[in-house]
Amino acid sequence: MYNPQLTEDGKLRHLLSIEGLPKTIINQILDTAESFVGVAEREVKKVPLLRGKTVCNIFFENSTRTRTTFEIAAKRLSADVINLNVSTSSQSKGETILDTVDNLTAMHADMFVVRHAQSGAAHFIARHVQPHIHVINAGDGRHAHPTQGLLDVFTIRRYKPDLHNLRVALVGDVLHSRVARSEIHALTTLGVPEVRVIAPKTLLPEHVERLGVQVYHDMTAGLKDVDVVMMLRLQNERMAGAMLPSAQEYFKTFGLTQEKLARARPDAIVMHPGPMNRGIEIDSSVADGRQSVILPQVTYGIAVRMAVMSILAGNNG
Amino acid sequence: MKIHIKNGRLIDPRHAIDAKHDLFIAAGKVVGISQAPADFSANQVIDASGLIVCPGLVDLSARLREPGFEYKATLESEMLAAAAGGVTSLACPPDTDPVLDEPGLVEMLKHRARQLNLAHVYPLGALTRQLQGEHLTEMCELTEAGCVGFSHADRPVTDTLVLWRAMQYAATFGFTVWLQPQDKHLAGNGVAHDGEVAARLGLRGIPATAETIALATIIRLARESRARVHIGRLSTEEGVMMVRAAKREGLAISCDVAANHLHLTEHDIGFFDANCHLRPPLRTQRDKEALRQGVADGTIDAICSDHAPVDDDAKLVPFAESEAGATGLELLLPLTLKWAAEQRLPLGDAIASLTCKPAAILGLDSGHLAMNSSADICIFDPEHYWKIEPRALRSQGKNTPFTGLELPGKVRYTILDGNIVHKPDGHHHRV
Repeated sequence: MYNPQLTEDGKLRHLLSIEGLPKTIINQILDTAESFVGVAEREVKKVPLLRGKTVCNIFFENSTRTRTTFEIAAKRLSADVINLNVSTSSQSKGETILDTVDNLTAMHADMFVVRHAQSGAAHFIARHVQPHIHVINAGDGRHAHPTQGLLDVFTIRRYKPDLHNLRVALVGDVLHSRVARSEIHALTTLGVPEVRVIAPKTLLPEHVERLGVQVYHDMTAGLKDVDVVMMLRLQNERMAGAMLPSAQEYFKTFGLTQEKLARARPDAIVMHPGPMNRGIEIDSSVADGRQSVILPQVTYGIAVRMAVMSILAGNNG
Repeated sequence: MKIHIKNGRLIDPRHAIDAKHDLFIAAGKVVGISQAPADFSANQVIDASGLIVCPGLVDLSARLREPGFEYKATLESEMLAAAAGGVTSLACPPDTDPVLDEPGLVEMLKHRARQLNLAHVYPLGALTRQLQGEHLTEMCELTEAGCVGFSHADRPVTDTLVLWRAMQYAATFGFTVWLQPQDKHLAGNGVAHDGEVAARLGLRGIPATAETIALATIIRLARESRARVHIGRLSTEEGVMMVRAAKREGLAISCDVAANHLHLTEHDIGFFDANCHLRPPLRTQRDKEALRQGVADGTIDAICSDHAPVDDDAKLVPFAESEAGATGLELLLPLTLKWAAEQRLPLGDAIASLTCKPAAILGLDSGHLAMNSSADICIFDPEHYWKIEPRALRSQGKNTPFTGLELPGKVRYTILDGNIVHKPDGHHHRV
């Protein structure tokens, strides 16, 4: 089947979504990331793999955190980095996405890291860039956030190396979450036998079970005996309205507290893609507790993004 | 102009004709079937050996984009597309700019179309002023100006009381109300069927209930008001079942489906193909099968092109930001033939859903080829497969989900009121 993110000989050309990525490529990225974890701990935190290359962060939607991690990753690979916050510049002047992309191409960028509020934006850009340019999806609408999905499975693999023997639960707003979709595809592709989603019906997409997950609507049953709890961020605008009555009630029913976490296995780890809403989806005592691996996720995020960029740069022509 | 069409296979579903018959045309009328009238001498003889001769197609929904959206398409470009597609009569929805809610605008459109003389244009008047769903339009005046029915285009009438009054008023005068069932709130700002594909791609969904709940309201109000109602662009299995039940009950309800929906499902969106951004959205395989069966068993009266040319830029954006719609006039016949072949239906049945049946919905005495009927004729080669190449389409809209596909059925001649408006060399006769 046609796969827009692979070259004709099956190598990674763009990273647009985890869905459709072969397991071998995911493992290649994770293994490469292992080799970069050490770089950050050295005196000189740089390797020359992307020397002379220009990485362009095009953010049609604001995100300081994600942009920063991509920027650090590119710089540790010795690339030149341009940050373009399009939401506050050209688009407001009526320039189309393609105009923006064409202009950056004319400036000889080699790699685009793209974030956009619309699902499919990264695919759209990848379809229209010149063949030598690589596109990395840094989040498109509700669709995908593949580097987040990868860094999450990388983190899981570090704490729970036997992926074939795991129970993982995703908790919260799956409907609007590109992170959830990427995590689900990453976990199922790597052979995690049981992936659960736990959420009220208003925050789950139709036919979510067809993504290969088991659906739960209460934390007590859903968290029972899981090895990994992956919390999802609840956007402010969804906290009170037709989706949910109030943040308080959400915390009561789906917020992760020590008490609810006790249903999971004693050595279960707790993850969150950030930024967290303390007291809404997660209690501070859990976020800062001994089972939390939320900060290591951030650290590994840089290694995983370095891995993706270096593999893409190595797959030219 | 006297034309002799010889050696063709004449298919005229309304009169149950499917046989080799020559056709003789003079003064814009059919003057002979099989037998030439006395002292007939043709100015032109069309050899239709191996071709099918049928009534010109009647399309229940073609947006011509004039007035107001000439950057998307013009009356001329789209009527040339109609001629190339064998379409001789078309109904156009009122969602132009300005909206077709005043007699003067309707007269202007009719006048412009008559001057071009490439197809008969039947405007649908706006059901409410500005299509805002508040005030009724002057339906009697608009009918005098040439409107053949009253439509709300693809915009829902959200106020049920207004819908009810509009139906009562239309029923008073025997006008037909054209509605596309879609609940505004359930559809929200969705862009794809609320199902597996939307879940995977993270696209905002339009559930099937957006159609069925609106349809239930329409059917109940039709029952109360006894208004004649035409349901446009069915898209769901349950919708087909509801219309089937309403017809069995004896309500004056007719309905159509877009040719696109007989062939495509949500899965054709693939990796965010904006050409598959249609309204109503492409739904599931089950829905598609039910629609195909619905036309075959007569629940769905007509297949329309739902022609909606969109300019290139409006599709060159991420899926959800793209404008819904596809060009369709030149694909209506091929897509219908493909469906009929796959369903193993007689050609006559397929042609009926493009000719006499839609003509009846419009209240026209056309879509058939009896003696003395208007000589609106389509002559096509059913065996000729051609590859859909957007640049080769006459329509100014080049957007179609069928790009690159080979489809059967090439129109050779289109005759409008006895004048040839399309012929094989690609030249068009302006009369």
